[in-house]
This record gives sequence, structure tokens and C-alpha cells, in this order.
Amino acid sequence: MIQKTEAQPHLGRSISLSDLHLGYGGRDVIAGLSLEVRAGEFIALLGQSGCGKTTILRALAGFVPVRAGRISVGGTDMSRTPPEARGMAMMFQSYALWPHMSVAQNIAYGLKLRRRPRAEIRARVAEMAALVGLGDLTARKVQDLSGGQRQRVALARALAIDPPVLLLDEPLSNLDAGIRATMRHEIRALQQRLGLTTILVTHDREEAMSMADRVVILEQGRIAQAGTPEEIYHQPASPYVARFMGLGNRLEARVEQGLLRTGNGTLPTGGLHAPQGTPEGPAEILFRAESARLGPAPGPALALSGQVVSAFYLGSAYRHEIAVGDDRILVDAPQRHQAGTPVGLHVPATALSLFPARSQTSVTGQEAAMAAIPTL
Amino acid sequence: MLRTVLTATALAALALAIFGPITNLLLWAFTETWYFPAKLPQSYGFSFWERVFRPQGNAMASLWNSLLIAALTVLVSLAVAVPAGLALGRGRLPWRMAFLFLFLLPQAFPSISVHMNIARIFYGLGLNGTFAGVVLVHAMQGMVFSVWIASAAFAAVDPALEEAAANLGARRWTVFRTVSLPLALPGLIASAIFVFLSSLDEFTGTFFVGVPDITTLPLLMYNAAMEGNYQIASITALILLVPSIAFMLVIERFLKADVLARIG
Repeated sequence: MIQKTEAQPHLGRSISLSDLHLGYGGRDVIAGLSLEVRAGEFIALLGQSGCGKTTILRALAGFVPVRAGRISVGGTDMSRTPPEARGMAMMFQSYALWPHMSVAQNIAYGLKLRRRPRAEIRARVAEMAALVGLGDLTARKVQDLSGGQRQRVALARALAIDPPVLLLDEPLSNLDAGIRATMRHEIRALQQRLGLTTILVTHDREEAMSMADRVVILEQGRIAQAGTPEEIYHQPASPYVARFMGLGNRLEARVEQGLLRTGNGTLPTGGLHAPQGTPEGPAEILFRAESARLGPAPGPALALSGQVVSAFYLGSAYRHEIAVGDDRILVDAPQRHQAGTPVGLHVPATALSLFPARSQTSVTGQEAAMAAIPTL
Repeated sequence: MLRTVLTATALAALALAIFGPITNLLLWAFTETWYFPAKLPQSYGFSFWERVFRPQGNAMASLWNSLLIAALTVLVSLAVAVPAGLALGRGRLPWRMAFLFLFLLPQAFPSISVHMNIARIFYGLGLNGTFAGVVLVHAMQGMVFSVWIASAAFAAVDPALEEAAANLGARRWTVFRTVSLPLALPGLIASAIFVFLSSLDEFTGTFFVGVPDITTLPLLMYNAAMEGNYQIASITALILLVPSIAFMLVIERFLKADVLARIG
């Protein structure tokens, strides 16, 4: 009875956004955005709320009109195609399951619209339910399911129509932390197996990095950086991205004759990560609390001296607030150092990001950091 | 002690206010003779029931008229309320509140003056004394319930549920048929019931537009009461109670509290 035992791999299509303008009312939320997505690629759109990431996703699905520019899928212009003809399956943040239908009816909806024979639909529903791990829950009502189960139904419903493109709108934000980690892994594995081109919208950088092939960080409707998770984690292109990716410590610095000076430490600028160059004059350096050390560091490092202000326990380490001159920075260490203890700390040169000081970007970077660090 | 007495007295007064008229009505319905100054009927019987339910009698004809008019009124008001509710409930329409208040307007004026003028207009159109005329008058009053309730019912449907259907390939009409309508249905049924019951009880509109060609149960009851025939009036009132109570049970049974709350 079952013709298709498993969904065929490589049904994904490439997506090309060129000079896209989107907006509501008189305001353009997205102005002049271009992005190429390979067939079968998993892209995460990462950004704070209001950065326009959901608008892009809804425009792809056809719910937000394209004001200018093009959305093409597999080489075909879809900018003016109505939502029902796009063939992109979207998973909504609220799951948007129909409460007046059973699990099976929800999954079968897209297949019924395509007028598939009843036996084929039944087989496909069972196959999809098994694929997402719903097992024998297909006869249940949607209201009787837990959050995680609803999420699986939404995924099965989207996948049932063999979509070339899967759109995920904050799919895991309504789940408990434990299930969230499992679902991340499961969605990624399914996407790989089916070869779906997938666009994920999220504000959670861990989610973006752990699931996507490429992460696109959006800042006020434009792309701040697009790259592999490793690239954006280790080589942020701007102070904004750096802050967003958790480089929470910021120190004012100066670049003088190829030498970085900050507070009481110096370091040659050669070899530092400085994507915007190292012009002479005021600069800022950014680094993570995890990458700085209280004590010596192997290799070249920026050495600073300061005094412990306070310490708190994170589980994996003790996080110390250290006064370096007038600045306060956070440094992790395996042991607790008492408040008031003078300490020498080292920031490995490889862990530093150096940017020329631009008051404007520094300010937005600061705001980003406040929003991007939900837990300490 | 005093407290208990006062409470008991208050409860008794309340019970009398509620059940007194109903008891009186029940007594009259089964009375053969009841002359002043007797406290209770002198003789009981079913002869008036026989008169009411006599196949060639006025009462049965008015009952069928009433039911037919109420059913048609429901159809007419739903035909307006579903599209109007969809447009108003989705909130995309400019002047949304103005439209909603427009449907309230006929209720704002004294109903006799409204219906007198409608009767005048209907004379010109040849609608007086026709079923169509009476149905239209009833539908105008029913519209207040049906449009407001329908727009609340459609507004309560999460737009994401409709988008999800479109996303999977459903055209606009299919989205409406498979998602919006089924989800708004409890509200629409509630509005249909309200319209049905209000049409069944309607008096002034029928009086001005329908008389003398169309007689409904409330008109029959009015005539009987004016002629001093309390038995016929009481029996008619009891007949009118049947659908009201039946639908109340339906509403209680099938419409969950959350649906009703959303309408409110």
C-alpha cells in the first residue's frame, strides 16, 4: 500500500532574495536586503525582536507584500504569487493547529487539497506521524496534546506536502528547555534527511548556531553579518554582532603605532581579529567572560591588572566582576577569588575583537548586549 | 432570628414576583370557569386547549406562520451577518465601529415610531401584509444580534489558523469553508438561536406590517387578551415558551461557556 516508504531527499530548492523592500504602513522594515540560499541549505535569521526577521519569513510565505525587489525560488520569481500557490510550508510560532480537527485531519489537510486518493492520504499521515515521533496519537484532538506533541503535529503537517522550502517561525520558543534541546536536534536531523531548504527565524543564538548551516544576523532590517556559526561566533564583523554573540566585555582602547593600549595593558595589533581595520586612534575591544583568564594564558595575551569586586557561581565556573581602572569587566575562573583581591588577568589575543571606536555603533552594540544576554 | 425572618420574607417576595405571574398563567391555561371574586378557578378542563389545537383553528395557523417567519428571518439575517461579520470581525474595514453602530441604530429609537415608518414605506413597495415584509422587519431587529455576534465570532478566529490553511495551498473560499466557518460556527448558531427566538416573540413590527393578513402567535395572544379570553392568551404564551426553553437547553448543552464568553 505504501508507495513512498520515506520522503525523497533533495527536494529543496534554492532561494534568492534580491534588493528586497518590505514594510507595513509608511515604513520599510526591510530595505534593500539581498540573500542567496542554496538548495537544501539551513539558514537561521537571527536578531532581536523588531529587526525584521519575521517580516522576511512572512514575505517568503506570501503574507507580506513585496514592495520592491524579488523573491525567487528555484529560479522562478514568486514575488507576486499568492500564498496558496507558493508551496512553502510554514511552521507558525503558535503552531496554528486547527482545534476543530484531529491530529490526522490536521496532517492530511494539505494532501486533501491536492486531491490525493484516500488510501494514499491515510498512509502518508501514518508515515508523517511516525517520522516526527507522534506514533499512535493521530486520532487525538489537538487540545489533548502537550506543547511538544503539538509542535510535532505542526511539523508533520508542514512536511506532509513535500514542500521544497520549510519556513520555521520561532518554532521552539513555546517549549520547555529540555524538550527544546531534543527538538532542535530532531528538526535538524529531519531537514538533513529530507534535504529541505529551511529558513529558521529565532532570537536565540544557541538555537541558530546549533541548527543552521549559515546564520544571518539582522540589525534594523539589514544584514549585519552572514556566515557559518563558527565564523559569526569567532569573527564578528561589527561591534553589534560581537555584542549579540556574547562578547559582553568592552574596554575603551587606543591604537598607536601598531600597538593596542588599554588601561594598563598593551598588545601588538598584528594578528588580532579586526574586521574593520586598525586605524590609529580611539578603538574598542570586546571579549567574552569565558575566554579571559585570571592568571597566565598560553600564547600572546593582553595582560591587565584589576581588583575583584564580586563573584557569583554559574555552575561551570565562578564569574568575577573585576574593576580595571574605571571599567568593570566579567571574567570566569574555576576558583572563587574573594572580593578586594588584586588580580592579574589575561585575554588571549585570539579571543579579542578590535573595532575602531564609533560612538554610534558602540551605543547600539550596548543595547544589543542587554537584549542578547538573557541569563548570566 | 429577625435576620432569618427578613431573609425568608425577601425570598418569598422574590419568588412571588418571579413565579406569581407564571402560576397565574398556568392556572388560566387549565381554567374552564373563573369568576370574580373567587380566589381560584371554579372548574378546570382542557376545552380551550381543544379550541387552540383544532386543526382549522386560528392558533395552529398562527403557530406555523410564526415558525415559518422565524426560520426565514434566521436565513435572511445570517445571509447578511456572515459576510458582514467576516468583514467587521477581521478589523480591516475602515469605519468598523460606525458600521457596527449602524446596525444598532433601529434599536435606539422607540420601536413604534420605527415600525410605523417602515409600514408606510412598505405600503409604497407593496410589502405590507406579506410574509416577505414581516420577515424583513424581523430580520432588521435580528441583525443587531446576528451581526454583532457574528463579527465577534469571526474576530475570535486566530488569523494564523487561516494563514496556515493558505500556506498549505487553500484558496480564499476553501480557507473560509474549512477553517474560518467551522471555528465561528458555535457563535453563528448562538446568533441564529437568538434571532429565531426574538422573531418568535416579535410584536410591534408584525402588528404594523403584517396585520390583518399575517397573524403570528404574539398577535393571537394580544387579540385573545384584548377580548378578555385569558385562557387562549395563556395557552398561546405556554406554546411560545416551548421553543425558548428548548433552545436554552441546546445552548447550555452544546455551547461551552468559553464560546459564549467570547461573544459577550
